[in-house]
Amino acid sequence: MRTVTRRFVLPAVAALVASTAACGSGAGSAQGGAAASSTAASSGGRLSGTLTVFAAASLKKTFTEIGARFEKAHPGTKVAFSFAGSSDLVAQIQQGAPADVFASADERNMSKATADSLTSGAPVDFATNTLEIAVPPGNPAKVASLRDLARPGLKVVVCAPAVPCGGAAARVEAAAKVDLRPVSEEQSVTDVLGKVSAGEADAGLVYVTDVEGSGGSVQGIPFPEASAAVNTYPIAALRSSRNPALAAAFVQAVTGDPGQSVLAGAGFGKP
Amino acid sequence: MRAHRLGLPAWLLVPAVVGGAFVALPLVAMLTQVRWSRFGALVTSDSSQAALLLSLRTSVASTVLCILLGVPMAVVLARSRFPGQAFVRSLVLLPLVLPPVVGGIALLYTFGRRGLLGHTLDVLGWQVAFSTTAVVMAQTFVALPFLVVSLEGALRSSGQRYEEVAATLGARPTTVFVRVTLPLVLPGLASGAVLAFARALGEFGATITFAGSLQGVTRTLPLEIYLQRETDPQAAVALSLVLVAVATIVITLTRRSRSAL
Repeated sequence: MRTVTRRFVLPAVAALVASTAACGSGAGSAQGGAAASSTAASSGGRLSGTLTVFAAASLKKTFTEIGARFEKAHPGTKVAFSFAGSSDLVAQIQQGAPADVFASADERNMSKATADSLTSGAPVDFATNTLEIAVPPGNPAKVASLRDLARPGLKVVVCAPAVPCGGAAARVEAAAKVDLRPVSEEQSVTDVLGKVSAGEADAGLVYVTDVEGSGGSVQGIPFPEASAAVNTYPIAALRSSRNPALAAAFVQAVTGDPGQSVLAGAGFGKP
Repeated sequence: MRAHRLGLPAWLLVPAVVGGAFVALPLVAMLTQVRWSRFGALVTSDSSQAALLLSLRTSVASTVLCILLGVPMAVVLARSRFPGQAFVRSLVLLPLVLPPVVGGIALLYTFGRRGLLGHTLDVLGWQVAFSTTAVVMAQTFVALPFLVVSLEGALRSSGQRYEEVAATLGARPTTVFVRVTLPLVLPGLASGAVLAFARALGEFGATITFAGSLQGVTRTLPLEIYLQRETDPQAAVALSLVLVAVATIVITLTRRSRSAL
């Protein structure tokens, strides 16, 4: 019985330990990993290896394109992305997720990373985003201004104040002195977009880039008060990176001309 | 005594214990994260209370709906034969395996403003979107199969002997159903209802997709937890614990009442 137990317990425990070690490896094995891959990167001064970029969900389209261009410009490199809400990403990085670069949709989440000394060097602002009113195609409720959204009977959807796009919505509301009574406060800007494009809501507050990227499923209405809540996107290489040279090169690509033209094409502003 | 004679292979205990630990450890880990000094304040905040009350109210409502719709479904599936029965059964069970967000999308395109039935409902002055009704519908959609499956299982294992006897004694089908069939499968119905209630309580994906999220109206406890996590992870953990506690109490209570039956 005892030997049987041991035979079964040991592999199980070993597997558990191995898997937890693999999951939590980011911070722990940073030095070893960095040493191994920096030699790979510096051999002959050419960049190579795989880069893991944690980027805000709103950057999915643009960063995928920037990544593809980066791989083309530096043969032998591979850029892998993890797109999610900025607060999710920063939580994963804090838990030791193996990432090389972090691009946040707001300064608040980047400052969580810098406060924990997870970044190497200061973050660089690389894009801005402003709010726009999104309405279903044809604008059935005839919305023309932010003030219109306070009209009784109009179904308005915004982000919850806890998430960045909701914070921005609250700021423009205050700036315009309108009192929106949303029928729903969504968890993310894509949820707002979804409810507007499905025609469930008459209007919603989303980012300019969301309207741009929606492929016509919603229509955008700019409003002057949006300037009260400009969202700034910072990017930084991470300390735990196993390939600092490659991470720095990618940050360079995003903040430099190639990245900036892609971002501008998607509706992002200059910081 | 009987278990001893049957002989339980001792090595089974090892994976069983590992499995148990796999389920229990994350819950214990959550307990270690709770700052008990703040616990009371966190779970009694306005938004938390609104979310908990809404969750309990909607889960009770959807459990009632599950019983009203699920009992007939289970009886039809267990006591009749018709062409395409296997297909119908898998259709009924589909929400069990579908990602809840898919259920939400399906509901949206059925009962939403521009959905299949949305326009008709709109004309009748019944707007489902962004209402508590939408939450109940989302919860019922995902919870219904739990009730149907457990009740159908109970109906099949209880057999039809007593029903046949009642029928030969001259009882009408309705009398047989109410006086014989239902009392026989009451434990199965109870456990099915509890499962449905617990599933409704934990519903997240379909609700957020179909109903939206507004305090006191559509923001149930799981939605509140997800939102709190953005700004106050402590509050999210505290609320998660409340949800775990409620679910555990409900399941334990019925287990006990079931074994008493």
